[in-house]
Amino acid sequence: MNINSLNDINPGEQAIVNALLSTGSMRRRLLDIGLVENTVIECLGRSPGGDPTAFLIRGAVIAIRSEDCENILVTRR
Amino acid sequence: MGLTNSSIGMKAVDFGVEIKKQSQEDKIIALAGNPNVGKSTVFNELTGLNQHTGNWAGKTVSNAQGYCSTENQSYVLVDIPGTYSLMAHSAEEEVARNFICFGNPDAVVVVCDATCLERNLNLVLQTIEISKNVIVCVNLMDEAKRKDIRIDLAKISKRLGVPVVGTIARNKNSLQELLDIIDKVTDGRIKPSGLHIQYQKEIEEAIAVLEPSVKMLTGKTINSRWLSIKLLDQDASLMKEIKDYLGIDFYENKELMEALAKAKDILVKYGIDSNKFKDKIVSALVTEAEKVCHGTVVFEKEGYNLSDRRIDKVLTSKATGYPIMLALLALILWLTITGANYPSQLLAKALFWVQNYLSAFMYYINAPIWLHDILVLGVYRVLAWVVSVMLPPMAIFFPLFTLLEDAGYLPRVAYNLDKTFKCCCACGKQALTMCMGYINLKM
Repeated sequence: MNINSLNDINPGEQAIVNALLSTGSMRRRLLDIGLVENTVIECLGRSPGGDPTAFLIRGAVIAIRSEDCENILVTRR
Repeated sequence: MGLTNSSIGMKAVDFGVEIKKQSQEDKIIALAGNPNVGKSTVFNELTGLNQHTGNWAGKTVSNAQGYCSTENQSYVLVDIPGTYSLMAHSAEEEVARNFICFGNPDAVVVVCDATCLERNLNLVLQTIEISKNVIVCVNLMDEAKRKDIRIDLAKISKRLGVPVVGTIARNKNSLQELLDIIDKVTDGRIKPSGLHIQYQKEIEEAIAVLEPSVKMLTGKTINSRWLSIKLLDQDASLMKEIKDYLGIDFYENKELMEALAKAKDILVKYGIDSNKFKDKIVSALVTEAEKVCHGTVVFEKEGYNLSDRRIDKVLTSKATGYPIMLALLALILWLTITGANYPSQLLAKALFWVQNYLSAFMYYINAPIWLHDILVLGVYRVLAWVVSVMLPPMAIFFPLFTLLEDAGYLPRVAYNLDKTFKCCCACGKQALTMCMGYINLKM
């Protein structure tokens, strides 16, 4: 199985969450929006500046910065 | 003046806020929900202008109470701050949890967004864990219909074990059904059973060890199962609240501490540390929400609306994102700055016309020159200038921005600009604040 960080997922691709490495308030935020193990995430697009990336998570569109994506381990679908 | 809590024997401090009942028979309904689900609209439609606002004691979180009544019963509605969870990570969440827990509401209405119900159910499930008298109000049903989302409310209600009502907040009829259900729940005609959330075996084992001791201490005041989970979760803030509200100090009770140590040993034995424990609790809630929605919430169009996606592509793509944003912001700034000139001039004219009369009046009463200069040329003129220069742009700018906000464009601006703003350790959301600053500068 190939484990990537969420940064490696390109627009249009889908992935499944393996683990969350973030800590503190960021971790709680991510859990609050339902980003737990085995959640399916779809990458929708990148911001024109290239940094925050928009993801479809449980029916909501959420932008996550690359520094935070780094701590979200996923498997490409 | 209506009866206050203290006059009918309940201590105001118990809730962190004083519930102002109009009569002793009033029942208390708590209105909870995620942010941006139209909770305030529901609150306003139900209570009309019959409201009372203030702050939660010691917190900078605002509190609104309102009154409404049906044929059988009158209610005090308490608007709880909008939160995603009740885990007390922020002041808002703490206030919400404390009120549901210690405010003894006769029922809790959790307002949800029909277009992302699954995510909203997290809060519903957490509320059900604390109190059984929960009513789920699935708001924005019209929006869901527009997006072709089919929701089987009856089935969801069956799975959750609590009444579920679909509403369109601006439509009075749909709120009538909500009021009927509130009536039935508060007078006992409907007894919600409340879904029992099953955690994994290891955690259930620990809960089973701890729960009897907790029950001994708190009796029926608080759901002992939920409290046991919080004890295992080392939620120190909750334990402090319990000491304050109920006068029970958990950490002083030897028997309970022994049970807690035993329960924690079980968790350690299975390799569940405090971080893992938290994760497992949250995961269980999320999977439960998933299960409740499975087959009951059907997206007829895959993902989120295709046309929404197309619009988003245009608004946030490399080629068109920035130009559209700049054009829109420029248009708003132009409308504000040039548009404000005319009312500004009119206001200035009117206010300075009044100034002449004030001067004449001062002259007439033979006021000393220095008094005239201080009051008329000093205080009045400065005020007149500030009002005529500042009021019109604000009166134009804010409604325009509200329009953009309602259209959902501001989050896209934040998304587009986040990287730029990050360079100075800010975030894209601050774009609005900067626009306002710019307008003030231009004035």
